[in-house]
Amino acid sequence: MTKMNSKRGFRYSFVPVMVVLCVIVVFWYLAAVFLNLPWQRDIYERAGNTEYSVTELVSGTLSQERPVLPSPHQVAQEVYKTTVEKKITSKRSLIFHSGVTLSSALLGFALGTVLGIVLAVAIVYNRALNKSLMPWVIASQTIPILAVAPMIIVVLNAIGIQGLLPKAFISMYLSFFPVVVGMVKGLNSPEVSHSDLMRTYNASAAQTFWKLRLPTSLPYLFTSMKVAVAIAMVGAIVAELPTGAVAGLGARLLAGSYYGQTIQIWSALVMASLLAALLVVIIGWIGTLVNRRMGMSPHG
Amino acid sequence: MSNTTASTSDQVININNLSLTFQTSDGPVFALSDIDLDITRGDFVSFIGPSGCGKTTLLRVIADLEKATEGNISVNGVTPEQARAQRAYGYVFQAASLYPWRTIAKNVALPLEIMGLSSAERKKRVAHNLELVNLAGFEKKYPWQLSGGMQQRASIARALAVEPDLLLMDEPFGALDEIVRDHLNEQLLALWAKTNKTVVFVTHSIPEAVYLSTRIVVMSPRPGQIHDIIESDLPKDRTLDIRETPEFLALANRVRDGLRAGHSYDEDE
Repeated sequence: MTKMNSKRGFRYSFVPVMVVLCVIVVFWYLAAVFLNLPWQRDIYERAGNTEYSVTELVSGTLSQERPVLPSPHQVAQEVYKTTVEKKITSKRSLIFHSGVTLSSALLGFALGTVLGIVLAVAIVYNRALNKSLMPWVIASQTIPILAVAPMIIVVLNAIGIQGLLPKAFISMYLSFFPVVVGMVKGLNSPEVSHSDLMRTYNASAAQTFWKLRLPTSLPYLFTSMKVAVAIAMVGAIVAELPTGAVAGLGARLLAGSYYGQTIQIWSALVMASLLAALLVVIIGWIGTLVNRRMGMSPHG
Repeated sequence: MSNTTASTSDQVININNLSLTFQTSDGPVFALSDIDLDITRGDFVSFIGPSGCGKTTLLRVIADLEKATEGNISVNGVTPEQARAQRAYGYVFQAASLYPWRTIAKNVALPLEIMGLSSAERKKRVAHNLELVNLAGFEKKYPWQLSGGMQQRASIARALAVEPDLLLMDEPFGALDEIVRDHLNEQLLALWAKTNKTVVFVTHSIPEAVYLSTRIVVMSPRPGQIHDIIESDLPKDRTLDIRETPEFLALANRVRDGLRAGHSYDEDE
């Protein structure tokens, strides 16, 4: 990249990103003060303290032990404490818990992507399957995952499948959907003249698939994989809730809510979204790389 | 000059009484009606007419990309479908239609991969045909790195790589500017003289049709039909300067009159 480009990149992406981030943090602080205010007043009243200044009141709302809404710096401190300061092997290390959730999310994402591609190919090449399979694919996503997750885990447990797999299965259940939809669209997206060309060569269905339809669908695949990897994380966390899992970000959420440890809940939430964002960025990056390897114009 | 002894074995395309009707929700559309046309080996035949006259549709019927609803058509003595299976023709689309994820060399090699040729043979044909369209040295470039005219030349090289005797071209230079178009017309004529292929060429440009063709098929719309077939007696060896000669202008006028008459038919309704 040239200097010119990176400068423009700075102005066009870094500045707006920081502005949005600042706005979010400011709103978070305002919400924290507002939501924690009644409880803070309560504390002062019970202590018989009526002579408190506004500054005291505000700083009090931002440093409660179990606030309704923890302030950003409290969450940041908790995340720092449980990642950098704790050993990875410790049960209180957020990195340890992230690793547990991440491994089942990634396994589920991989399975979901493969399943999604296979189903999309089946649907695209078989008119009957398009009619018979697609409604079920859509129906599968209309059922709330919170309702299905415990049943899946109980059923799988009954046939002796425990540990990572049931959680990965729920991630797969969520993440195959965007891949099916994206790939069906992608495999059907070759231009008419590109398809006609294959016809003039009397190409077989397999040749048309490998040389035209699959390459055309790849940008769609990576777009849907970005969605899929994010909801695979959601699936893995949700899967940890009904099982009363002892490890994983979902387990941290559950433990936090048992004991009213809102800061712990929020730090697990922040960690989960950071991880999901990181995964989305990585998939997007691989997608760009593949596009470039395929010689696509950098101008889109 | 066109062949003097046109025996039946020299006929590449025979079309008898051919019609094509598209059934749409607005009722039937008569895209082609009662087409009779013979094309002889080595001919350069242009279809010219206003949009909607069925010239592209007729080309697509020859290529077996559309099916006629009535009448007979043979390509190389067999049905269009059999001809397509034998890869008897090379087709050049209006847009270059190069696959953007393939380099120029890989694009030209695409039909050869599908035909199952050895990699040595593929290499040889790619090099030869890129040379033929003056694109040697651009093998490793991607389509977006080439100008529109170069992309269209690459697509012609791709059609030629199949080594067909018949070249079907659907307004291949329609999207290019005048200067590039002139240049490519000259190159195409040189290529045709060198390879002695039969070319069927769709265009809506009168000078292009007259400059390139040995025969010009003037078509008129609604229903798409042949209005006139004009034999050109211009020498086979022509340069762009020929467009200034009285013979050329006379031919161009005849084509223009034919197009106008085809249109007035429309107004008589």
